[in-house]
Amino acid sequence: MIASTKHQAVLTAINDNKELEGALLPILHQIQHDLGHIPSEHVADIAEALNLSRAEVHGVVSFYHTFTTKPHGQHVIEVCRAESCQAKGGREIEAAVKEALGVDYEQTTDDGQITLEPVYCLGNCACSPSIKIDSQIYGRLTTQSVEDLIQSLRSEQH
Amino acid sequence: MIRVEHPNDPNKDYGTPSAVSLNDLADGVAFETVTGTIDGVDITVPKGTSIMRASALVDINIPKLCATDSVKAFGSCRLCLVQIEGRRGFPASCTTPFEDGMVVTTQNTELADIRRGVMELYISDHPLDCLTCSANGDCELQDMAGVVGLREVRYGYEGENHLDEVKDESNPYFTFDPSKCITCSRCVRACEETQGTFALTIENRGFASKVSPGQSEAFIDSECVSCGACVQACPTATLSEKSIIEAGQPEHSKVTTCAYCGVGCAFKAEMQGDKVVRMTPYKDGKANRGHSCVKGRFAIGYATHKERMTEPMIRDSINEPWRTVDWDEAFEFAASKLKGIQAKYGRKSIGGISSSRCTNEEVWLVQKMIRAGFGNNNVDTCARVCHSPTGYGLKQTLGESAGTQNFDSVEDCDVVMVMGANPTDAHPVFGSRLKKRLREGARLIVVDPRRIDLVKSPHIQSDYHLKLMPGTNVAFINTMAHIIVREKLFDADFVAERCETEAFKEWMTFIQDEKNSPEYNEAVTGIPAQDIIEAARLYATGGNAAIYYGLGVTEHSQGSTTVMGIANLAMLTGNIGKRGVGVNPLRGQNNVQGSCDMGSFPHELPGYRPVSDDAVRASFEQAWGAELDGEPGYRINNMLDAACAGKYKGLYVQGEDIAQSDPNTKHVEEALRNLDCLIVQDIFLNETAKFATVFLPGSSFLEKNGTFTNAERRISPVRKVMEPMGGKEDWEVTMGLCNAMGYEMNYSHPSEIMDEIAALTPTFTNVSYERLDKEGSIQWPCNDESPEGTPVMHIDEFVRGKGLFKVTEYVPTDEKVTRRFPLILTTGRILSQYNVGAQTRRTDNNVWHNQDLLEIHPSDANDRGITTGDRIKIQSRSGETHLTAKVTERVQPSVVYTTFHHPESGANVITTDNSDWATNCPEYKVTAVQVAKVMSDDKNSDWQDQFEEFSERQVEYAGLDTEEETA
Repeated sequence: MIASTKHQAVLTAINDNKELEGALLPILHQIQHDLGHIPSEHVADIAEALNLSRAEVHGVVSFYHTFTTKPHGQHVIEVCRAESCQAKGGREIEAAVKEALGVDYEQTTDDGQITLEPVYCLGNCACSPSIKIDSQIYGRLTTQSVEDLIQSLRSEQH
Repeated sequence: MIRVEHPNDPNKDYGTPSAVSLNDLADGVAFETVTGTIDGVDITVPKGTSIMRASALVDINIPKLCATDSVKAFGSCRLCLVQIEGRRGFPASCTTPFEDGMVVTTQNTELADIRRGVMELYISDHPLDCLTCSANGDCELQDMAGVVGLREVRYGYEGENHLDEVKDESNPYFTFDPSKCITCSRCVRACEETQGTFALTIENRGFASKVSPGQSEAFIDSECVSCGACVQACPTATLSEKSIIEAGQPEHSKVTTCAYCGVGCAFKAEMQGDKVVRMTPYKDGKANRGHSCVKGRFAIGYATHKERMTEPMIRDSINEPWRTVDWDEAFEFAASKLKGIQAKYGRKSIGGISSSRCTNEEVWLVQKMIRAGFGNNNVDTCARVCHSPTGYGLKQTLGESAGTQNFDSVEDCDVVMVMGANPTDAHPVFGSRLKKRLREGARLIVVDPRRIDLVKSPHIQSDYHLKLMPGTNVAFINTMAHIIVREKLFDADFVAERCETEAFKEWMTFIQDEKNSPEYNEAVTGIPAQDIIEAARLYATGGNAAIYYGLGVTEHSQGSTTVMGIANLAMLTGNIGKRGVGVNPLRGQNNVQGSCDMGSFPHELPGYRPVSDDAVRASFEQAWGAELDGEPGYRINNMLDAACAGKYKGLYVQGEDIAQSDPNTKHVEEALRNLDCLIVQDIFLNETAKFATVFLPGSSFLEKNGTFTNAERRISPVRKVMEPMGGKEDWEVTMGLCNAMGYEMNYSHPSEIMDEIAALTPTFTNVSYERLDKEGSIQWPCNDESPEGTPVMHIDEFVRGKGLFKVTEYVPTDEKVTRRFPLILTTGRILSQYNVGAQTRRTDNNVWHNQDLLEIHPSDANDRGITTGDRIKIQSRSGETHLTAKVTERVQPSVVYTTFHHPESGANVITTDNSDWATNCPEYKVTAVQVAKVMSDDKNSDWQDQFEEFSERQVEYAGLDTEEETA
């Protein structure tokens, strides 16, 4: 994505939300959604628009897992590491996903397609173990079914 | 039963701020109280007081880490937990308000176990290098480990930790060592609440939490302004002064007053022997309330800089090297020269200039020497070139040559109008106090051609930024009044009761003239009519409205007129004589107010009384045993003109650098060269001293006793912490010269001079060193009518009786823009440097500003093919100099701006001889200029080349090391 388009997306997010009370989070969500990350070089624009300091915006961005400062892959896979999933074999799922993708948590595959992140409970404990791919949650997984999911996600791209 | 209203120990940390405002406390306003019991002690405190503070007030000191009384309670460290009868659990005492009937226990075994457990966690991730740590002896973490009886850390030290975090040493004055950080957020909160810069945050969360300047940057690359509030708030060694790391903890301290700007902050000079190791803002300082800026807090290295002049020197002409002599020879040499001049050219052919950087007592002696010893009134002071219109304008309208409020008053403002002032740069501690009030909801009108930081910065936004063209202040202020009258928003009752009726009627006729309407003046000031109409409505109807102004008001051909216009506006709306309102000049230098009070003007004896008044003169003649001249003497500009004309031949200059600071440098230099004897008394070989034939070494504020009077009329003590490097305090030098002149002075301590001041000056009658030592500071008038001093003036009536409305007709300046000189140059200051820079240029503050730049708007820059970093030529009718360009939208089109902190910049080569009609205060703020890119390889103008050559030669003559000192 070229810089000016990035900047444009940031300005759009600011304009769309700045009149809201507590506009910072909605702005960040929109930027994260549109760009897959919050570009550090444009934090100053957000701060300026809301009359905050760069430090304050940085504090919020770095506080929430939801926001990242490096671009995400096209897709995000979140593996649940909370109690229920761990009790139902979540660690094996975790290992299988890492193996299949060839990356660790907070990393993106070399082709820039898939980012792997840990999550602590998806609210799907009755169907543990669970993962989330983009906005879709999958439950009652086995190492096989999770490999299949990743396989189909990859083939979908090509 | 112990009833506590306010703490009296400025060296104690009460944990959380007072629940009662300073102003309410000072005025004795009644407040609600609550009564309960803490550890068996019955206590009554103001409602809203935290349990922690209530306890501290009776010396029950609950362990704490994240709480300090300069910032709001945070409740994060979990060390200050207590038990409250009838409540479950262990609430934090910092965030829990004390209530009626509450029974609190602060110490028992359960609480002790919890606290020890908390400390164990902290210490499990903290270096165990207490003995070699820079905070050893001044570490709250260490203290708390002791208080809770920490004996072991069950978790061990091997787990994941932060001990390998890298230290940030980018700031020249302090270091940030994250390995020692306990993430208490005190620094972040101090940066936000105390300073108002919001440069810091805590990034990430949980174990990864870390203090981050800007976006995870080094301190120097962030918005940090190096005020020191974070360092002050830090409970550990995480944020430490480099001077302390190098020298160790101080072993004694003295409270004194900062020698930089007119805010007059109180500081503790923390010492090891006769060496200052740290300056820390003093909590009981009533001007600064425990806050500081980069200059007062850190920039004191100049005081012991290698270029300090410590020996008297004389020479017969400026074209020969100096000879070092002893004090007596220097005094004899100077006195015989001056006497010789008087014998040849007459009594009035000599005079002197006092300094706004010196103490009241020193200034008093200078004017006394000139009046009684020289036998004339040729005394003036640097206030001539800054706030003389304030003295004149406020005397005329209100009856006293001083601001009407104290700084605490800002806490009661509802509307603030800042005109021609840049408080966050030039008066930073007041700037922070103002920003705090603005964050609480006060409204703001900024009147300035340039976009200063107050217009918009984190959590601050002006309601109106009225960008007027330089030189149109009077048209602006008249328009404000016109609108308020036209819309009948003025306080008719106040005017009828408090002001002179006839004068008001005359003024009403004048102000209603169409020429003062916003519609007419839109083209004059450049301010859209609608904007000024709304701003005027806000000022008149928004509640308590205060005007704060600076040199952008005074340094104009109509400076005095604008000051009177400001006073008119305040009287018209009844915004005078109570808290939260008033007319507030922000004085430039530490003792401008004092040097004016002390009779430094050629037409006024101390206390602003005319020399022509026989009765006043008689009282001085009797006390001083000398006949005094009833004719006003020369002002600085008259002295210079007369010197050029060959009529004025001898000049004594104490601590002022007219060769750099006064306008039209070439004219000043010509005058100085024409003198037969120029005596300069200064701590450095300043630009003026390079034209001198007698040099008398001065003493810094750390080397003498005395008092400074700040912008709020507050007289504060200056205390000697080290011996004068030249062997004499400045008042002793003046005394030596005066005695050599044949007029005997015999003081053994400045307190004796203050006694003389009090005896002869009605506004100082009850001021004494004894009282200053006891009370810390006093705001004049302090006499039998106001025995406690006067925080707010003109309460029931004006000093002159009735307030006087003055007709303030707008007369455009003669300094016109033309095709040849199409731009207006205006000048100002920057945070890190101070005035002519003699002090700050000799400190690490140069890291932030090592040269004066010319700010120019992109459109003007484009027209001329100028980009940031280009060397450009600035020409006015007076002269030409070269500076480096900075293209910025801070300035508006057709206005350019620069600072004057560096002598080689030659900012005053450009400025003209135009001045205020009433006081001759130079019109620094308006000079018609042309700018163009320098095409040749010649980096400097002819003047700059000559300056460099002359300066180098003079430095050599003085035997100084010529090597450039860089940060």
